[in-house]
Amino acid sequence: MQLARVIGDVVATRKDENLTGITLLVLQPLTVDRQPAGRPLVAVDAVGAGVGEEVFFVRGKEASFPFYPAEPPVDAGVVGIVDHWDLG
Amino acid sequence: MQIGRVVGTVVSTQKHRKFEGAKLMLVQPLNVDDTPRGTAVLAIDGVGAGVDEKVLVVMEGRAAGEALGKNAAPVDAAIVGIIDAVEVSD
Repeated sequence: MQLARVIGDVVATRKDENLTGITLLVLQPLTVDRQPAGRPLVAVDAVGAGVGEEVFFVRGKEASFPFYPAEPPVDAGVVGIVDHWDLG
Repeated sequence: MQIGRVVGTVVSTQKHRKFEGAKLMLVQPLNVDDTPRGTAVLAIDGVGAGVDEKVLVVMEGRAAGEALGKNAAPVDAAIVGIIDAVEVSD
């Protein structure tokens, strides 16, 4: 899982039927210093995150688990909104 | 599995229910010479690791879910061991 900031969302009318009703967000992965880490990506939202929030997301098929028994064809999903993080 | 160092902790109130009770750590993956490699990742802590400890991290969903003790948990990384020492011969 990785830290990211939600920087946008994606609207798609015509899509896989298993994606119906699922919000698509644009994420910028972050380093622990809040610097951009790599290219932005699109992820599904399982927790009600919005633009501007800091979140953590999971990559891989596991991103579809929150929508079980539906199996949306996704490879990245937001699974938590971060309150704060602390470095040791 | 990969070697990493715990560099911090993450607090999240609003999260998927499978994360309830789980400890979330920030782990910096390391090369075998202890230099950092790539961006820090979030991992579920299955063993009670603390900040600054060197840990063994599994970065695959099914195994990470097993470390959490829950089926179909949306996780992809878990700390499964605290490393005492790594020895690499050339």
